[in-house]
Amino acid sequence: MRKTLICLVLIFFWLASAVAAETTPTLHVGMTPALLHDQHRLLADWRSYMELELGRKVKFVMRDSYSETMDLLRLGRLDFAWICDYPYLRLKREVRLLAVPVYQGKPLYRSYIIVPATDSHSKSLADLRGTVFAFADPYSNSGYLYPRYAAKQLGEDPNRFFWHTFFTWSHRGVVEAVAAGLVHGGAVDSYVWDSLAELNPKLAGRTRIVARSPEYGFPPLVARRSISSADFQAMQRMLLDMTDNARGAEILRRFRLDGFVEGNPKLYESVAEMMRAFGEE
Amino acid sequence: MLKFLFDLSFRYKIPLWGSMLIMAPAFAVSALFIAGTYADVKHDAIMTSESLARTLSGPLFEAMLHDDVWRAFQILRSPLQVSDRQDRVAVESLTILNEKKQVYVSSAPNRFPMLVDYASLGNEYRALTLRLDEANEGEPLVVDMPESGLIFVMTPISADGVRLGTLVLAHAKDAFRPRLYTIAQRALLATALILAILLPVNWYWGQRTAVPLMQLADRIGQVAHRVPEELQPGIYNYRDELGRLSDAFSLMVKELRHKAVLEREVIQSERLAAIGKLSAGIAHEINNPLAGMLVALDNFKHHSGNDERLLRTASMLERGLMQIKETVGAMLVEAKLNSRDLAPQDIEDANTLVAGEARKKAVNLAFESTLAECLALPATLIRQILINLLLNAIQASDPGGKVGCIIGRDRNSLRIEVVNGGKPLPPERIEHLFEPFASRSESGHGLGLWVTYQITAQLRGSIQVASADGLTRFVVMIPAGATT
Repeated sequence: MRKTLICLVLIFFWLASAVAAETTPTLHVGMTPALLHDQHRLLADWRSYMELELGRKVKFVMRDSYSETMDLLRLGRLDFAWICDYPYLRLKREVRLLAVPVYQGKPLYRSYIIVPATDSHSKSLADLRGTVFAFADPYSNSGYLYPRYAAKQLGEDPNRFFWHTFFTWSHRGVVEAVAAGLVHGGAVDSYVWDSLAELNPKLAGRTRIVARSPEYGFPPLVARRSISSADFQAMQRMLLDMTDNARGAEILRRFRLDGFVEGNPKLYESVAEMMRAFGEE
Repeated sequence: MLKFLFDLSFRYKIPLWGSMLIMAPAFAVSALFIAGTYADVKHDAIMTSESLARTLSGPLFEAMLHDDVWRAFQILRSPLQVSDRQDRVAVESLTILNEKKQVYVSSAPNRFPMLVDYASLGNEYRALTLRLDEANEGEPLVVDMPESGLIFVMTPISADGVRLGTLVLAHAKDAFRPRLYTIAQRALLATALILAILLPVNWYWGQRTAVPLMQLADRIGQVAHRVPEELQPGIYNYRDELGRLSDAFSLMVKELRHKAVLEREVIQSERLAAIGKLSAGIAHEINNPLAGMLVALDNFKHHSGNDERLLRTASMLERGLMQIKETVGAMLVEAKLNSRDLAPQDIEDANTLVAGEARKKAVNLAFESTLAECLALPATLIRQILINLLLNAIQASDPGGKVGCIIGRDRNSLRIEVVNGGKPLPPERIEHLFEPFASRSESGHGLGLWVTYQITAQLRGSIQVASADGLTRFVVMIPAGATT
């Protein structure tokens, strides 16, 4: 009799929690090629970590281009997204800065200009004039905005500096295209290239860095403007506290990140500078 | 060179030609097999390429339509990443050409850089660009240029009649090689196995045929100079043409040998007959005056008184003349007409007569006679033959040696066999053995065998001598009832 009662109580609580979970809407988090978004196992672990910490269902929404993720943000289909710094600035009015990853002690990264390892003569971007060049994404700072800005700085027309260009829609794709010899050069996120150098040294080893950009604010996590303050803060807290949690720290280690900080829009001032140079913003 | 091959001995020719006959079809079959497989593999490769090209052309059309080089590149690379090295129809490279006949993108960008004129990449590519328009939608064009190491399958990238470019799949002909090598290896192994069985058989068969042929050829080559040697016995025992040839040859050799023996015997007996006639003639011519001289000398002795000196001279002359008479008498073999028949006692007498001589030389004389009754043969002459032969044998024997004698009837003939173990007689001695003074020794005048031969000849008998295995054997056959 007593046992039955306990059972009934347990079933009740289980049902209650299920109903609660059902009524709380799932959080949609957009993932972009800003990171190595093909590390599916790591992303799955991170998602389950988030669900555990937030006590809510979390869904990762993968898109291969920034513009698609940006559209989803604008449409309110995503609550949060990890995007590049350049799209963040483009969406500044629609999103709030949620957190900035800390990479090698700083919330900063760079763009690398890489060439095939077989090319031993190129020393800088200037040597890549008239070549076939791979960009990552038209909304990537390190993979598009910076190299074009650098070309402009050389006094060239960024639209004609390269003979032919195309997009690989991911930073990893740029590394692959350069490694395969499909292009003479490419622009890639330093965080992605450094990670690849550890994860896939054979692939990264077939490329060579010829130029490094100044440091820019690391691709941030953003939230849509309309998100509730509670959800925003819960998410931000969860991210900032990852370093204090053993599982969170392990996930950060696998991301090769030191942690997350709140960040400041001023961090992205130099990117805005470049955008202004192209008449944007 | 070719003549040299045909001039070779059968010993080499048969195995060589046989081996060639075995190997030629074996290699021909292997070659056909390999060629067939090559065609199959090539066909498979082309079929695979065609279906691959059809599969890829859709997504590629879309990628090109959106000018998405990276996606096109990824599509091109995907079949290369899944195909393993063992894939017998592995694609070497995939290249998309745009409508300007430039490389749009290739799975091998190092060899086919983007936006390079395809024709500028080499002669084979120039030739390919000329044929691009032949490739129609849904019907890939296969180009196999003999001078190129590649087979190309060209498929248009088009949809709804709009053509954006051409997909060129290249297969390395080399890629078929490992498979062909495997097949060739198997074929060679099979051939080697067949050869391992057939070649020794062939070799044995060649030897089997060639060796008797060689010996035959060798022996027949001797015919011009001498009686050839017999074939090695058992060298070829089959009843085919070669066997019959061997038999015929053996028969011929036998005949030749027989003929040679006959010839030699005829020559010998003719020579001995001539010598006999000559010596008999001379003996008669000597005997007549000799008899006169002896009578005269006798008279002279009677009438010479007692003159000591004269008598001594006369008797010396007489001794000399008597010696001549003896010698001549010995040469003049004449069968005594009035002789009694041979009795067993005569044989025993001969044994007794030579026994002393045998003892003197310490020769062991084994005497055996199976003659039980009288034979119609002149006893004196037979005794003379027997004694001559025995004395000759004792003389020829070394001290302590052995002499054997067997006498008996052989059908209607008397057979006398005398054997001694003395020094063997060389053939050239045998040739002249029965000639007078042929064997000069310290004892005897060398007329013993001559006399024996003459008597035997007069009695129509035969005398044979053979020296072999350390034994010298005289066999005399005299037909019974023979008279002179």
